[in-house]
Amino acid sequence: MQQPNKLVPFFENLNFERDDNTMVVNFGPQHPSAHGQLRLMLELEGEMVVKAYPDIGYLHRGIEKMAENMTYNEFLPTTDRLDYIASTANNYAYALAVEKLLGIEAPRRAQAIRTMLLELNRLISHLFFIATHALDVGAMSVFLYAFREREFAMDLMEDYCGARLTHSSVRIGGVPLDLPEGWLAQMMTFLEKMEYELEHTYEALLTENRIWKMRLEDVGVIDAEDALSWGCTGPILRGAGVQYDIRKEEPYELYGELDFDVPVSDRNDAYGRYMLHVEEMRQSARIIRQVMPIYRKSEPQLMAHAPKYLSAPKEEIMTQNYALMQHFVLVTQGMRPPKGEVYAPTESPKGELGFYIKSEGEPYAYRLKCRAPSFYHTGILQKVLVGTYLADVVTMISSSNIVFGEVDR
Amino acid sequence: MAQHQVNYASAAGLPVALTSVDKLINWGRSNSLWPMTYGLACCAIEMMATGASRYDFDRMGTIFRASPRQSDVMILAGTLSKKHAEFTRRLYDQMMEPKWVISMGSCANTGGMFNTYSTVQGVDRIVPVDIYLPGCAPRPETLQYALMMLQKKIRRESADMNKNTKQNLRTL
Amino acid sequence: MRKYTPKDNVQGKAYHTDRFWVSPSVPRTDVSEDAHFAALLEKIKESIAVKDAYIQIGQMVVHINPEDNITVLTLVKEVCDYAMCSEISAVDYLAQDGEFEVFYQMLNLKKAKRIRIVTRLKERQAIESAVPLFNSANFAEREMYDMFGIVANNHPFMKRILMPDDWEGHPLLKTYPLQGDEAASWYEVDKIFGKEYRDIIGAENRDPSKIDRYDTKRFSRVGYEVPFDEDISEGEKKTPIKYSDTLLVNYNKSSKQLDERR
Repeated sequence: MQQPNKLVPFFENLNFERDDNTMVVNFGPQHPSAHGQLRLMLELEGEMVVKAYPDIGYLHRGIEKMAENMTYNEFLPTTDRLDYIASTANNYAYALAVEKLLGIEAPRRAQAIRTMLLELNRLISHLFFIATHALDVGAMSVFLYAFREREFAMDLMEDYCGARLTHSSVRIGGVPLDLPEGWLAQMMTFLEKMEYELEHTYEALLTENRIWKMRLEDVGVIDAEDALSWGCTGPILRGAGVQYDIRKEEPYELYGELDFDVPVSDRNDAYGRYMLHVEEMRQSARIIRQVMPIYRKSEPQLMAHAPKYLSAPKEEIMTQNYALMQHFVLVTQGMRPPKGEVYAPTESPKGELGFYIKSEGEPYAYRLKCRAPSFYHTGILQKVLVGTYLADVVTMISSSNIVFGEVDR
Repeated sequence: MAQHQVNYASAAGLPVALTSVDKLINWGRSNSLWPMTYGLACCAIEMMATGASRYDFDRMGTIFRASPRQSDVMILAGTLSKKHAEFTRRLYDQMMEPKWVISMGSCANTGGMFNTYSTVQGVDRIVPVDIYLPGCAPRPETLQYALMMLQKKIRRESADMNKNTKQNLRTL
Repeated sequence: MRKYTPKDNVQGKAYHTDRFWVSPSVPRTDVSEDAHFAALLEKIKESIAVKDAYIQIGQMVVHINPEDNITVLTLVKEVCDYAMCSEISAVDYLAQDGEFEVFYQMLNLKKAKRIRIVTRLKERQAIESAVPLFNSANFAEREMYDMFGIVANNHPFMKRILMPDDWEGHPLLKTYPLQGDEAASWYEVDKIFGKEYRDIIGAENRDPSKIDRYDTKRFSRVGYEVPFDEDISEGEKKTPIKYSDTLLVNYNKSSKQLDERR
C-alpha cells in the first residue's frame, strides 16, 4: 500500500564518513527525547562531537503574524501554545505587556491569584523538567513519579480554569474567575505532598546518585561570559553564577513584597542546573504560602477598572446598559491601546520571557515579538555541544529545558 | 474496562466474514499496538501524561517505540508544519504494514487554531488517518478512548490488509 | 471590475475603523528624569548623532542611524555594562514610510535597566551584524532575515532559520498574507508527492466553518443525513428539507396581519 511519492532515501546523497574521519549524524526532528522538534546535525569524530548545528523551525506556526490579524483579547489563548508546559507564564507575560502599554494595573486579589498561578506553573514546569531530564538520562521511574505530582498540580489548574494544559487563566487587566472553594486547602495539601516527595523521592533518587552525578557533572558547561553573550537567562544564567532574577530585580505582581531567595549555582554544569531547579521548587512553595494570606485579605475585585479598554464585570454587564454597550464594542472591535511600544520582561520557568508589542492605536497589534528564552538556549547549543560526547548531547539538550513551542513560535 | 465484552464469535454483521484466523490475528494486533512517539507540540505533553502514572497507557499493551520500523500505530500529536511534513511522510513510509494513524488534537486534524502560512491544514493531506481525536489538547482519557476505538476497528478488519477496501470497511 | 484593494498591507483590518479616532500615545518622559539614562545618553551623543531619545515605560529608547549601530552597541557593552542583548527584531513600515524599524533590546544586569536602540532601514539596505559583540545576535539576525529579508552583513551563517530553506517569500512582511501565498499553500504537496498530486489531494481547507455533508456526528445536519451505505457515485439524491410541523404554529390569534410577508 505504498503511495508513490517523491521522497528519495536520504542516504543516497549523504556521505557518512568524510575524508577527515568525521561522521555526520542527523539527530532528526523526530526523536524519543521529549523535547520536541529539534534537528541537530552533529559531526562526530569517534564519539566526540566536533561540530553541532541546530536546525529549528519545525514547529513554526506563524504566531507573531497571527497577532497582527487578531485583537488583543483574541490573541491571549494563542500565547498558551508558546511554552505549553507552563501556559499561564506566557499568558501572563502577554497580559503584562498589554497592561503596561495601557498603563493599568490589576487589582490586588487578581495579583494574588496570578502570583499563585505563576508559581504553580513554575512547579509544573520544573516537575516536567525533572521528569524529562531523568527520562533522557535514563532514570525512567523518576518520570513516572514526577508526572504523578504533576497530575495533582494540573488538577488544581483544572479546578481553577477548566484546562489541564493550555490554561488561558489570565486576562488582560486581571483574572476572569475567583478561586473555587477549597482550592487553597487543596493547594496546601499539594505543597506539603510535593515538598515531601521532593525530599524523599526526587532528591533521594537523584541527587546523591552515583550514576546521576557521573552523567551530569561537568556536562554542558556554560560559564557566565558565554551565558551573557548568547542571551541565556533563567536557570542557565543562574547556574553560571550570575545572580539575576527578574522577579527580584524588576519586580512585577506581588513579587516586590514577598520574601524568597533566588538560588544561584557556581558550578556551570548540568548538575548545578538540576540542583537549581529543585531549590527553585522549594522557593515557589514558599512564595505560594506567603501569598495565601494576602489573597484572603484582599477585596474581591478581579479585573481592573478601565472602561476604555476593559469590560466591566459580568454582574454589571447584565444589569447596566452602558456596561453592556461598551462590552459589545470591546468584544467586536477590540480594545484600542495608545500608540507606542512596550517590552515587558518576566521570569518564566525557562528564563526571560518578554513580549515586545508595537501598537499603532488599532485594535490589532502592529507588531508582536515574543522573546523566547528557549530560542537563545537552542542557539548556545552550537557552542556548548562541541567537545562533548554523544551521550552528553542528550543530557545537555534536556538540561537546557527547551520547549519548541517558544523556539519556533 | 471490565464491562467491555468483545464477542469474537459473531461476525458483527459485516459483509466480510472474519475467519477465526482473522480474529486471532486481529486480537494479537489490537492488544499490543506499539505507538511511535510522534509528539510534535502541546498534544505531545498530553500523550506523555497518558503514558505516565495516572492514565497508564501500558495497560493497553502499548509500548512507546521510537523507531518507525518497530511500531504499529503513529499517533500524530500536535501541529504539523510544512517544514516537517516531509519527515512525517518519510517516517510513515518506513513503518511496516499493518499500520494505522491516529491524529490527535485539532492541529493534527485540521490545522487547528493556526490558520497560517506554515501549518499543514490537517495531517490527512500527508498520511491516511484512521482515527481523529478532537480537543486542544485532548484529555488523556480521550486518547485512551481513541486507542480503544482503534482496537475495535482493528478487530473488525480482515487480517489480510489487501481486502480492507473502502466497500468492506465501515466506520463507527 | 472589482474594487481596487491596495496590496501593500494585506493583514486583517479591524471590524470597524473609525476615521475620526485619534489615538493617544503612550506617555514619554524626558531622559533627564533618570540620572543613569541621562549619563548614558551623554556618552552616546559624544560618539554619534542621536535622532531622538526618550524614556517610555521605564526603558530608554534611542533612535540612531543604521551605520552607527556597531559603535553604539560596543559603547553600551564595554563602557556602560549592558552585557546582554535580549532581543533584535524588525517592524515593517514599508507601506507607510518605505522603511523597516530595527530595534536592539539591551539589558544592564548590574543596574537592572533596559534600553532599546532603534534604527530605520530602507527596503534593501543591509545592517552590520552584531554577532562579534553579542552571540545572541546569531539566531536573532537569522530570524530577522528569514521573516523580513533584512540581511546582516558579516554574519557567520546568514540562512533561513524558521522557514524551510527553499521557501519563497519573507513571511512577516505586511504584503505577505497570513494564510500564505500560492507557493506556500502547495509547498508540502509539491515537496512530497509532486505537482501531479495537487488535484488529487486538493486545495487546503482554510474555511474554519466548512461543514462536511456526510459527517453524521455534525450536529447541524442531524436529521438530514444520507444513509452511509447509499451509493452516491452518481451524485447525491436530493433530500428535500422537511421542516418540523410543531415549529410553524400560527400564534396570531386575531385576523389582523402585521406584515404582508408571512
